[in-house]
Amino acid sequence: MAAKKKIIRLEKCPTGIRGLDDITRGGLPRGRPTLVCGGTGSGKTLLALEFIVRGILEFDEPGVFMSFEETPVELAQNVASLGFDLDGLIRGKKLAMDYVYVERSEIEETGEYNLEGLFIRLNSMIAATGAKRVGIDSLEALFAGLRDEGVLRSELRRLFRWLKDKDVTTVITGEQGQNELTRHGLEEYVSDCVIFLNHRVVNRVSTRLLRIVKYRGTSHGTNEYPTMIDEHGLSVLPISSLGFDYPVTSKRVPTGIDRLDAMLGGKGYFSGSSVLVSGTAGTGKSSLAAAFANSACSRGERCLYVAFEEAPAQITRNMASVGFDLEQWTKQGYLRFHAVRATFCGLEQHLGSIIKFVTEFRPSVVVIDPVNNLSAVGSSEEIKAMLTQVIDYCKNQGVTALFTSLTEGKNAMEQTDVGVSSLMDTWVLLRNVETASGERNRLLFVLKSRGMAHSNQVREFVLSDHGLQLTDVYVGDGTVLTGSARLIQEAQNKARAEEQRREATRRQRELGQEKSLVQAQIETLRHKAAVLAEDLAALARYDQSRLETATRDRAELASARQVD
Amino acid sequence: MTKKRVQTTAEVLEAAGLAPKDQLYTLRLYVAGLTPRSQEAIRTVTAICEGHLQGHYELEVIDLYQHPVLAKDEQIIATPTLIKKLPLPLRKIIGNMADLDKVLVGLDLRNR
Repeated sequence: MAAKKKIIRLEKCPTGIRGLDDITRGGLPRGRPTLVCGGTGSGKTLLALEFIVRGILEFDEPGVFMSFEETPVELAQNVASLGFDLDGLIRGKKLAMDYVYVERSEIEETGEYNLEGLFIRLNSMIAATGAKRVGIDSLEALFAGLRDEGVLRSELRRLFRWLKDKDVTTVITGEQGQNELTRHGLEEYVSDCVIFLNHRVVNRVSTRLLRIVKYRGTSHGTNEYPTMIDEHGLSVLPISSLGFDYPVTSKRVPTGIDRLDAMLGGKGYFSGSSVLVSGTAGTGKSSLAAAFANSACSRGERCLYVAFEEAPAQITRNMASVGFDLEQWTKQGYLRFHAVRATFCGLEQHLGSIIKFVTEFRPSVVVIDPVNNLSAVGSSEEIKAMLTQVIDYCKNQGVTALFTSLTEGKNAMEQTDVGVSSLMDTWVLLRNVETASGERNRLLFVLKSRGMAHSNQVREFVLSDHGLQLTDVYVGDGTVLTGSARLIQEAQNKARAEEQRREATRRQRELGQEKSLVQAQIETLRHKAAVLAEDLAALARYDQSRLETATRDRAELASARQVD
Repeated sequence: MTKKRVQTTAEVLEAAGLAPKDQLYTLRLYVAGLTPRSQEAIRTVTAICEGHLQGHYELEVIDLYQHPVLAKDEQIIATPTLIKKLPLPLRKIIGNMADLDKVLVGLDLRNR
């Protein structure tokens, strides 16, 4: 035996339950019992039953389910909504179920006994189906039905050994105890893997959590993982196990507002980044979010809009007033709303449903409007933790996430109520300014945007029928003017400019006239000069001919005198 | 009363008012193999029947290893189990029947 040095790794048995196989790194220990414990309604029975049914459906491993609490008919009804056809599986000889009825008042204990009856029942079911998996829910009913705890405990020990010998992977459920994991200390017998399900109610909102208390011989996630029960059954969200190793791209996503793109290095947000839009009430956060959603949809990309405050119909109507026809995108399937009150469920469930939607719908853009509403169901730290997980998940999927956050008036502007700004790559701040002319105008500026040269300018954010526009604010004389004050100032500036233009034209005209006058004088003088030149030439010619004549006359005179 | 036939509800109700000794007892003893414990149970039960119910009982001894399906049908968890099917109420007496008093109480042959 010692010669065999081959290390046999612990073989795992995948449960098929979403997320559970991730945090157990592959499933439950194969051929060994696993204890699932938790309080009433924590989902123990569902976990055990799903383990069996998914084993049959997904891994072709027949299973046996022994229930002490619910009859097969009840169980079949319970899981029919999940699409599990227990009767069909039983007919197909893939599943065997047994309801064990233990009623103390019917039982008289008269001496030594053992639980061979249970063993025989399990054995005949395992033999009939060729089962690889066994679910037992929950053995603790035996403690209520039988008085002799000593016998019971030794028989349970024998049962677990027997199940191991049968080489079946078993899930046993147990009710949560006061000071122990289970009421009757079942964890004492199951040493390989213990899973604890918790059902907590905080602020009147319930949250399901799953934790692996121990898993001998393997590494596993140790956190409490949010767990959900929905129409697909149980799912565990292994999000806290996500790391920082997501892909990073320098691709950009337009914001839906040209001038804002220009302010963000000319191209918009980074694809797969997290964007925070914060501001006080009525500053246009949702409109900015809608612009982003609208632009994504018009490019033929999908957008998930998580609305905590308004119904989809209301958002659609309101955004139509600023020129965004969101209805067409909903109809064409580019836009999906997930509208739910923040107080509807716990943070974990919100997180779970957001992640579920992202996984199913595969959007390129997610809008969550607004995040601070979540403070009704959790503390700042919890919300921050939850949003971290949303952001991490989105980044892993390359999804650009835009969050809006309402800043209450009493707080500083550069602060969000839920303290999430440090998680964000880009932070666009919206604020209202009240002007001397008695109006409130919206201002927008980019507070930060990691990894890009962004504008330091404050812009006025104008909502109109034609959409959203950013305009320059009037900055001069040490004041910032917006709204009608800006318009008045601009009109004045325009008038002044007009005046200056006219003045310049007049000056030009004057100079032009003066120039043409001078030109005319130049012309006259040039004419005079030409005349003088002509006179001069004529005079020269005359002098020359007179000189020639005189010379000839002198010669003629000499010739006449016969000079030699 | 020893006639072997199915009782109707009316008869069961009527029988309920009778003294235990006059009623028909339908008993099943389920064992898992012929272990000493099983044999002990069989001996005790047979003795009680002969002693208290002579002439108006039916006792069947069944080895569950031979008929595993019955374990499920009869809701048996422990062995040995003696089931008193009639007279009502149905009662399960488990163990090797060492505690005779309890067996008699379980069979309604002695007051609690």
